[in-house]
Amino acid sequence: MNSPAVHAAGVTPNAPDMRRVSLRVNGKPYSAEVESRTTLVDFLRHSLLLTGTHVGCEHGVCGACTILIDGRSARSCLTLAVQVEGCDITTIEGLANADGSLSILQQALSEKHGLQCGFCTPGMLTTLSEFLRDHPAPSEQQVREAISGNLCRCTGYQGIVEAALLAASRIAADRP
Amino acid sequence: MKPSAFQYHRPASVSEAVQLLATLDNAKLLAGGQSLMPMMNFRAVMADHVIDLNGIAELSGISLRDGRLHIGAMTRQRDIEHSPLVAEHCPLLVEAYHQVGHRQTRNRGTLGGSLSHFDPASEQPACILAMDGMLVIQSPRGQRELPMSAFGQGIMSTALEHDEVLVSIHFSVWPAGHGWAFEEFARRHGDFAMAGAAALLELDAARRIQRAVVVVCGLGNGPVRVSAVEQALIGFDTAALASAKPGTTGFEALAAPASQLEAFDDPHAPKEYRQRLAATMVARALRRAALRARGEFQELAA
Repeated sequence: MNSPAVHAAGVTPNAPDMRRVSLRVNGKPYSAEVESRTTLVDFLRHSLLLTGTHVGCEHGVCGACTILIDGRSARSCLTLAVQVEGCDITTIEGLANADGSLSILQQALSEKHGLQCGFCTPGMLTTLSEFLRDHPAPSEQQVREAISGNLCRCTGYQGIVEAALLAASRIAADRP
Repeated sequence: MKPSAFQYHRPASVSEAVQLLATLDNAKLLAGGQSLMPMMNFRAVMADHVIDLNGIAELSGISLRDGRLHIGAMTRQRDIEHSPLVAEHCPLLVEAYHQVGHRQTRNRGTLGGSLSHFDPASEQPACILAMDGMLVIQSPRGQRELPMSAFGQGIMSTALEHDEVLVSIHFSVWPAGHGWAFEEFARRHGDFAMAGAAALLELDAARRIQRAVVVVCGLGNGPVRVSAVEQALIGFDTAALASAKPGTTGFEALAAPASQLEAFDDPHAPKEYRQRLAATMVARALRRAALRARGEFQELAA
């Protein structure tokens, strides 16, 4: 397509609309050139090599690509990389404890068999970490509604719901 | 499943945005992106220019002035859902937001974006129609106001001209003690509704209905007020409601005109099914709205 032969005389194809994006991901500063049409999830995976965030449906239905933008969960397939200039992003890579051990929520998910193939897991964990921060003592119904935007085809959700409730009780017990 | 190439613009003011819109060819406004981005990923929309409204601070905010609630077009759905001002003065909208997409999409999605997108199944145009909302619209020629009832022009089509942007929405609030309810039926929580209903009621001293608004969405080209139901409700005595079983409240017969509305026909929900569903949603919404107006509805913890 870039061959001059396929374009009318004097018409050159548009150069890609490149932008520099500077942001923080999991507390670390990054800066990279990106084409403006690049979705945030592709930017995280291909430019920053943070492949923990999964690309599922690419139209906002499956929830696998959920990340936190300034602490709020969002579909990274429905956000452009250029839109998060200056933002603080949290991905699955940023959820473990500083020493690399599993967070309370991650540990609970493991114990309750809340994952099998693991494809939905990054989105489940980012969604639930925001949810448990905002709802420290949730009901089962509230947990189910919180993950209604995240599809899991392995577990039937039961283990994920139990893990969220277990994590909530452990986080509460940890509090003075 | 990637957007086609476009030039990205991030104006800092509404006047800058409408100038861009007026001068650029094939430009799209990007609000929360929860409908436009999927359409661009699918290449159902291929824009040459994307004008991102997310850098315009003046487009966000919620305030109450002279009995009218004003909501900036770029106010996030989740900020409206959790606003104490909205909870106090327009609880209908809060209840509807529980059915709008999911937590992640409400974190990004905006009220103005949803209205401008004008999906027939969307809850937000239905609520703003029920509230008799006025829309503030800006272009390089200045500002104009349009009632929500004149905004919709068909499926995903509005009265916005090519160089106009929706700036804010305002409506008169109902008095304390009014009844409200939003009811819808979808195949899964957060899916597009096959039929939905918004109800607003006010009772007189004898606890008869003296004012009623009923809106149905999800059936045809956009939300519609069902005035035949509204008129039939005036004078309805709510006394027997608390002891009446759901399905025998008296609202079922009054809601029947909702089953006469124009409706889509598709394999998941044939026309007659949607129409019956609409009447059922209206009856349920009326029951809950009336119980709330009587102070007899047992609210669940949010």
